[in-house]
Amino acid sequence: MGQTIAQKIFAAHLRDEPFPGTCVLDLDRVLCHEITTPVAIADLEWRGKDRVFDPLKIKAVIDHVTPAKDSKTAIQGKILREWAHRHDIPDFFDIGQNGVCHALFPEKGFIRPGYTVIMGDSHTCTHGAFGAFAAGVGTTDLEVGILKGVCAFRKPESILVNITGTLSEHVYSKDVILHVIHLLGVNGATDHVIEFRGPVVDALSMDARMTLTNMAIEAGGTCGICLPDQVTVDYLWPFISEEYATKEAALADFQKWHSDADAAYARVIDLDVTNLEPQVTYDYKPDCVKPARQMAGTPVHQIFIGTCTNGRLEDLRQAADILKGRKLAPGVRGILSPASPKIFREAMEEGILAIFMDAGFCVTNPTCGACLGMSCGVLAPGEACAATSNRNFQGRMGQGGMVHLMSPATAAATGIKGTITDPRDL
Amino acid sequence: MKRTFGGPVIFLDRSDINTDEIIPARYLTEVTKAALKPFLLEDLKLPGFDPAGETLRKAKVIVTRKNFGCGSSREHAPWSLEVNDIYTVIAESYARIFRQNMFNCGMLAVELPAADIDRILAMSEEGEVQIDVDLQGHEVTASVGSRAEVFTFEISPFDQALVEAGGWVEFADQRY
Repeated sequence: MGQTIAQKIFAAHLRDEPFPGTCVLDLDRVLCHEITTPVAIADLEWRGKDRVFDPLKIKAVIDHVTPAKDSKTAIQGKILREWAHRHDIPDFFDIGQNGVCHALFPEKGFIRPGYTVIMGDSHTCTHGAFGAFAAGVGTTDLEVGILKGVCAFRKPESILVNITGTLSEHVYSKDVILHVIHLLGVNGATDHVIEFRGPVVDALSMDARMTLTNMAIEAGGTCGICLPDQVTVDYLWPFISEEYATKEAALADFQKWHSDADAAYARVIDLDVTNLEPQVTYDYKPDCVKPARQMAGTPVHQIFIGTCTNGRLEDLRQAADILKGRKLAPGVRGILSPASPKIFREAMEEGILAIFMDAGFCVTNPTCGACLGMSCGVLAPGEACAATSNRNFQGRMGQGGMVHLMSPATAAATGIKGTITDPRDL
Repeated sequence: MKRTFGGPVIFLDRSDINTDEIIPARYLTEVTKAALKPFLLEDLKLPGFDPAGETLRKAKVIVTRKNFGCGSSREHAPWSLEVNDIYTVIAESYARIFRQNMFNCGMLAVELPAADIDRILAMSEEGEVQIDVDLQGHEVTASVGSRAEVFTFEISPFDQALVEAGGWVEFADQRY
């Protein structure tokens, strides 16, 4: 019997199997941010074990509330900052260099095919776009990861989502993943890795693949994963060109992780996306998904474009294509949070930020802020937001607020009309 | 730390209760577990449920439906239970990260089939339900007045070892 990519990564990193079915893996990356790490640091100090397993494999960023909005968030930043300095962690990203963790760390070249990655953040599954096993964990798993460089998982079973057909104009990977979550349900992939394959995935950029894998957790998945290919090699080449003589050599090496043809899957979903329309969520669960046209006319008060799901350059370009020469509907507030300083700079140089600003958007610094109602765009009770983020739980962006998840193009079209709008109907 | 599992029950009769409902993100700026105590389930909208009510204050066990703890990885969710002396959750199923966080903290996330949850819920109509847990025997006893029902549950040997060790830090520290 062949192996899936997840099984191959597990086999290559297996440190211990303390009980049947429990795999303790060696970790290549332990990623940290200022919300979930400070409690782990405090606990390590309390235990007299304020150590790190490898400062080069730990990467840290202040991203959820930055710049600090009050004393409490300033203290969280200070704890992470001082810890990173104390342990000589070179890759610590503070104000001026910081961005949303799942956009920043990939663009720094920190994630490679075959890696094992954990972070105290549920959207860590994003990094599976590179053919890595990447999983969100709690603070205790993070703490043990920091101290020992290991994490325990159940033996991985995978769900194969094979995506075929052709995406229509103004239909993007965000629409695909919303539809997949609708099909699976919010717990349809619990304890499973979702392996995204097929010609549609092959044709996606890394930015678009990260949108796909980012939301695996919204179906309960441990990780979303794509097979590393030429697109992966091209993206990573600036970081790996000294490790491989040629791109062909890198590709050949990456392909060792590919799932075998006879690998076993718990479930296979064949999805032809040719007739897929732009999708939007309703209600308070990410599997409550409908075509945007069925939600047409639903009023919104705020547009939020950004986040680890859709705050990358390609996402900003797609929204800007819709916004160019147009303005937000009267009374609609627009917020753009480019997900990293690099994305911010490139969007500025391409004139994308000017298009957003001309349309009436406020452009914030890179931060998670508004997505989870912590800063930079909290909703008032009774307000609705068209958001390119990943989670529409009740109160997510502010108590009493409603979040409609959608692609950047659909969010932009919605901003122009002031009501939920399929971008094809502008 | 040896814990006692079990005690008076509160029912949260809905599936997919998420981490934002268990502890809203606005409290994630706290850097101590104790600070979370007053905010447990503050945003949960459920008929008859009052986050400030007597039933929650007395409860030591949560009984609920499918996919409890879905959403965020925040361990603040189990911590907000822990600081309210709720060390046991009984549900049809859990989100993976929440379930692991419970065991990692040395707390108990018991899975029972829907029919068993129904029977415990039916008992609650007769009065206040008390849960007792036999971790070695993998049994949960629900009792109301003089009536008691016993349910068996499965737990992986790893998860049981974590509960017995008092959590993953203790387990990992001895082994790795």
